[in-house]
Amino acid sequence: MEPLQPVSPGARVVLGAGFFVVFIAAWGLATYGGWVPPLFLASPGKTLVAGWSLLTEFNFAGDIAITIWRVVGGFLIAALMAVPLGLLMGAFKPIEAFFEPFFSFARYLPASAFIPLLILWAGVGEAQKLSVIVIGSVFQLVIMVTGIAGATRLDLVEAARTLGSRRIAILRRVVIPAAAPQIAETLRLVLGWAWTYVIVAELIGATSGIGHMIMDSQRLLDTGQMIFGIAVIGIIGLVTDLLFKALNRRLFPWAVI
Amino acid sequence: MSAKTLRVEGVTRTFPGRGRTAPTLALQPTTVSAAPGEFVAILGPSGCGKSTLLRIVAGLDQPTAGQVLLDAAPVTGPGPDRGMVFQSYTLFPWLTVAQNIRYGLAERGLPEAQQAEIAGRFIARTGLRGFEEHWPKQLSGGMQQRCALARALANDPEILLLDEPFGALDHQTRELMQELLLEIWEADRKTVLFVTHDIDEAIFLSNRVLVMSARPGRIKAEVAVPLPYPRDWTVKTTPEFAALKARLMGEIREEVRKSIAAV
Ligand SMILES: Nc1ncnc2c1ncn2[C@@H]1O[C@H](COP(=O)(O)OP(=O)(O)OP(=O)(O)O)[C@@H](O)[C@H]1O
Ligand SMILES: [Mg+2]
Repeated sequence: MEPLQPVSPGARVVLGAGFFVVFIAAWGLATYGGWVPPLFLASPGKTLVAGWSLLTEFNFAGDIAITIWRVVGGFLIAALMAVPLGLLMGAFKPIEAFFEPFFSFARYLPASAFIPLLILWAGVGEAQKLSVIVIGSVFQLVIMVTGIAGATRLDLVEAARTLGSRRIAILRRVVIPAAAPQIAETLRLVLGWAWTYVIVAELIGATSGIGHMIMDSQRLLDTGQMIFGIAVIGIIGLVTDLLFKALNRRLFPWAVI
Repeated sequence: MSAKTLRVEGVTRTFPGRGRTAPTLALQPTTVSAAPGEFVAILGPSGCGKSTLLRIVAGLDQPTAGQVLLDAAPVTGPGPDRGMVFQSYTLFPWLTVAQNIRYGLAERGLPEAQQAEIAGRFIARTGLRGFEEHWPKQLSGGMQQRCALARALANDPEILLLDEPFGALDHQTRELMQELLLEIWEADRKTVLFVTHDIDEAIFLSNRVLVMSARPGRIKAEVAVPLPYPRDWTVKTTPEFAALKARLMGEIREEVRKSIAAV
């Protein structure tokens, strides 16, 4: 091991999988070894059994689907609002000066604290779930996209100007392509947050979804089901993360080489 | 071949101070002109305002006083009639070599076929054949600057502004790049303002060398270079070259000493 030396792809996979093994082994040891009572923490085996019954008897796949739908929907709405606005704010300083103070304030508003209000405004339907995600991510996303677009290399903008580009052309041909890889990276991050918001939204006033299932399981003190639900979220998160990374590498080969 | 005369008339630039730092006078009233097709070198020690002057001509910076004229029209901002190659690497990293060279042509809305034809021509002239589809990151520094030169030339500007384009390259690469640039200029006869702090480079390339003083910069001497074109590297070994070099060294050493003393 030397600082900052790259690791081979094979070793990376082995090491990455290795920690999962260590983690599950520690979990198994704690539960099968009797260190933690089953009431508080289900063993890996019991969790799998609970998961199987959830999937076969309680239509958990439907819950998963509805939660994914909410995450993707809320995330897309937030991204469609935040990315264009953030690009404009980053590129044009008067627009930034107009919006930035309010958004810097708004991004500290905790999305979960809006849930009671949102239930009042939008009921307990899908609109409320999506709103929680949008409120939770849109302000952060605007601020981050603004930062990225605002950090476009000035010398590239100047080069474009000497080649005949002006205003909108600079935005379209320099600021946007320069910012795109980092914006994609930010979207990947925000998608992860959207998952935490959707579960919070589903814990309160929901009749379906992974969060709702976890709440139900708590009433039955079924830690196996709860852990399975949480693990499913983690697995979906991991898979989308890998897909997102692969997509970014394909879309922006110039940024990777 | 360029047709317009460039006139820099009494251009001054003061950078305002920030907080308690005093304003910087970067450029004292400077008057320069370049006839159509002339190759003018601007020679000066580091920090004397060479880039500032070039950026004002490009329209990227505004003079505090004075004006820049192209024929009779004052320069108010950047435009495709003044192509620039920067001191730092400024290829667009998300575009391939060919796409970088086509950038200005696409901006003008030329048809695809014509863009490809023009880009192909400049790829050939700058020796970048075979690298059309490479990303800038995959090129050496010399190739990046050749590509930047091709990008500026493809736009067919009236005036070419070159800000130490070979400053970051090693000596041998630099000499090859000088020959390449000279060959292109001898064929096209575009007006060139070439900033450098390398005396040999200034003499080898230009019709005329303007020597700038240490900061705050001004033109302190003007030396004509009567060596005939086409030139090749052997000109560097002639007594005429040596005499010009001795003269310019005398001028510049004094300024470098002043600029070091000022730090
Ligand atoms: N944007 C700016 N704000 C404040 N001062 C500046 C700015 N740009 C340049 N200067 C100052 O103006 C002076 C001239 O700078 P300039 O970049 O034109 O020098 P130069 O001759 O190109 O130097 P070099 O050979 O090192 O590139 C320097 O003292 C620099 O500190
Ligand atoms: Mg400079």
